[in-house]
Amino acid sequence: MAVQFRRQSEGVYFLDVKGYVCPHPQLYTKKSLEKMKPGDVLDLVFDNPSSAESINSMCEAAGNEIVSKVKDASGAMVWRIKKG
Amino acid sequence: MASTESEMGAALKNTESAQRRLEIKNQIWAFGIVGFFAVITVWSCAVDVRYLYLATYIWFGLIYGMALQYGRFCMASAFRDLFAVGVPRMTVGILIALALFSVVASVVTGAGQSTFHPLPYGYQNVIGGILFGTGMVFAGGCASGSLYKSGEGTVASWIVILSLSFSQTWFAMAGGWLNRLVPASWTKSAAAKNLPAVLNPTNGWYNQYLAGYIWNLPATTVAVLTHIKNQFLAAFVGDALINTIVPAIFILAVVYVFWYRKSHIKNMLKAGKKGWRAEVAGYWSMIAASRRTAIAGLIIGVAAGLHMWVTEGLRHVFGVLNAGELLQAMGHTSGLSIQDTVFDPGYWYITTQEAQWSGWLLHVLGVHDMRNIFYGLQNGVPNPLLNPPGWMSISIILGSSVMARLSNEFRLKLPSLETAIWALIGGALMGIGARIGIGCNIGAFFIPVANGDPSGWLFGLGLGVGAYICVRFYDWWINRRMAKEDIF
Repeated sequence: MAVQFRRQSEGVYFLDVKGYVCPHPQLYTKKSLEKMKPGDVLDLVFDNPSSAESINSMCEAAGNEIVSKVKDASGAMVWRIKKG
Repeated sequence: MASTESEMGAALKNTESAQRRLEIKNQIWAFGIVGFFAVITVWSCAVDVRYLYLATYIWFGLIYGMALQYGRFCMASAFRDLFAVGVPRMTVGILIALALFSVVASVVTGAGQSTFHPLPYGYQNVIGGILFGTGMVFAGGCASGSLYKSGEGTVASWIVILSLSFSQTWFAMAGGWLNRLVPASWTKSAAAKNLPAVLNPTNGWYNQYLAGYIWNLPATTVAVLTHIKNQFLAAFVGDALINTIVPAIFILAVVYVFWYRKSHIKNMLKAGKKGWRAEVAGYWSMIAASRRTAIAGLIIGVAAGLHMWVTEGLRHVFGVLNAGELLQAMGHTSGLSIQDTVFDPGYWYITTQEAQWSGWLLHVLGVHDMRNIFYGLQNGVPNPLLNPPGWMSISIILGSSVMARLSNEFRLKLPSLETAIWALIGGALMGIGARIGIGCNIGAFFIPVANGDPSGWLFGLGLGVGAYICVRFYDWWINRRMAKEDIF
C-alpha cells in the first residue's frame, strides 16, 4: 500500500491514500488540488474517517465542490472533488 | 431492458440486506461490549464491593471513549489541521471543551472534592510539549486520539499505543550513556533526598530528573494565587475565568483573525452583514461549525468533573488515599510500589497507565526490577487486570468502539508500511515527551489548564511548536513524494 496519484484522462485525476492516517490524506488532497486547474476533477480514495471532516472543511473554505461521496466494497471512502 | 432493471433491483436489495446485516452485527458488538463491562462490574463487586473503585474508572473511561469518537476529539488534529490545511474546526472545539470543563472543575474544586494536584512548572513543560507535539503529528493522533482511533479499528493507532508504552518504560529505566547527560546539580540534589538505595536515586537519567529537578520545582493553581477566601469563588475566578475562559476566548479570536476570517467574511458580506456585525457573526459561525466537538467536550467536561468527585468520595468511603492501599487490603500485593501505592490519579489520564503495561510485562519476564523512582516509588506495576487507570484506557478504546459500531464507522484498517514507521516514531516521541512533561495532551494540558494550573499552557505552547515542526517536515516530505510522480 503506497500512495497512488495519476492522471486518468484530461482534467481527471486519481489519488489513492488508503492505509494512511492523518494528516496524509488531507495533505495529499490539498496538494493535488493546488496543482490542478479550476474545473478539473479529483477522484479521491481514503480510509481514515477523521480525514473526512478535515477534507470537507478544507474544500468548503477553498471553494472546491465535493460532487459525490460513496463507499467502495472494502468500506473505503471514494470522493469526487471538483476544483472551484 | 426489463431484465436489466430487475437485475439492478436485485443487486440493490442484496446491497441493502448486506448493509442491514452489518448494522445488526455492529449493534450486537456494541451491546456486547457494554454488557461485558456490566458483567465484570456486577461480578467483581459481588466478590468484593471495593472493586467499585476500579469499576468507576471503567465506566468513566467508557464515557470518555464514546465522547471522543463522537466528537473526533483529537488534539493532534487541533494543532496540525490548523497549520497544515488551515482548518480550525478541532482547535475551536477543544478550546470550547476546555472552557466548559473549567466551569465544571471549578464547582468540584469549590466543593473540596477535587483529586487534582498541580504539576511543577518550569522549562520542562515546554520541552516535553515540543517532543509530544512533534510525536502526535508523526503518529497521526495524540494520546487520547490514538485510543479512540484504536477503537475505530485503525491498526496504526495500536502501534502508536505499543510504542508509547515501551518508550516510557525504557526512558524511566535507562541509565548508561544517558547518565552522562545528567547535570551534577541533579545528582547532588537527588542524593540529598535520602531515598532508599534500592531505588538507585543517583543512577539513571529519569531518576535524577525526578528527584534532583522536578521535585524541587514549585506548583500552584491560579485559585490559590488570587487569595480569595471563598473556595467556590476562588476556583471560578482563578481557575475557570482567568486561567481558562479568558485565554480560550483570546486564542479563539487569534484563530478567527488568522485562519477563519478570510474565507468566511465574504459570505457574511454577501448576507448583507457589514462592520462589527459581520465580524461577530463570523466569530459565532466559526464556533457553531465545531458543534459536534463542543458537544463531546461538554460531555467530557461533565464526566471528568464527576469522575474526580466520585473517586474522591470512594476514597473517603473506603478510607484510603490511593488504590494501592485498597489493592493491598484486598490481598493483591504484587506490583505495588515500596510505599504500597499504584498510579491512581483520580481523574482522566492516559500515558502513565499505558507505561505500566509494558512495565508489568517486562517485570514478569524478569527484564525490569522496579529499582527506579517512576515504578518503584511512585506508580508500581500492577497486573493489568487490577490496574484502575489501565482499565480506563481499555474502556476508552472499547467505548470508542461502541460508538463507531453504532454509527457503522468501525472497520479494521491496516496501515501502509510508511504509516507504521511514522506510528512507531510518533509513539516513542510522545512517550518520552510525556515523561518529561509529566503527562500527555490530557494529563499535562487539558486537565491542568481547566483546573487552573498555568503549567498546562506551557505544555500547550510546546504542543503547538512541536506540531508546527512536524507539519513543516511532512509538508516537505509530501512535496518530495509528489514531485516524483511528475504528472503535471
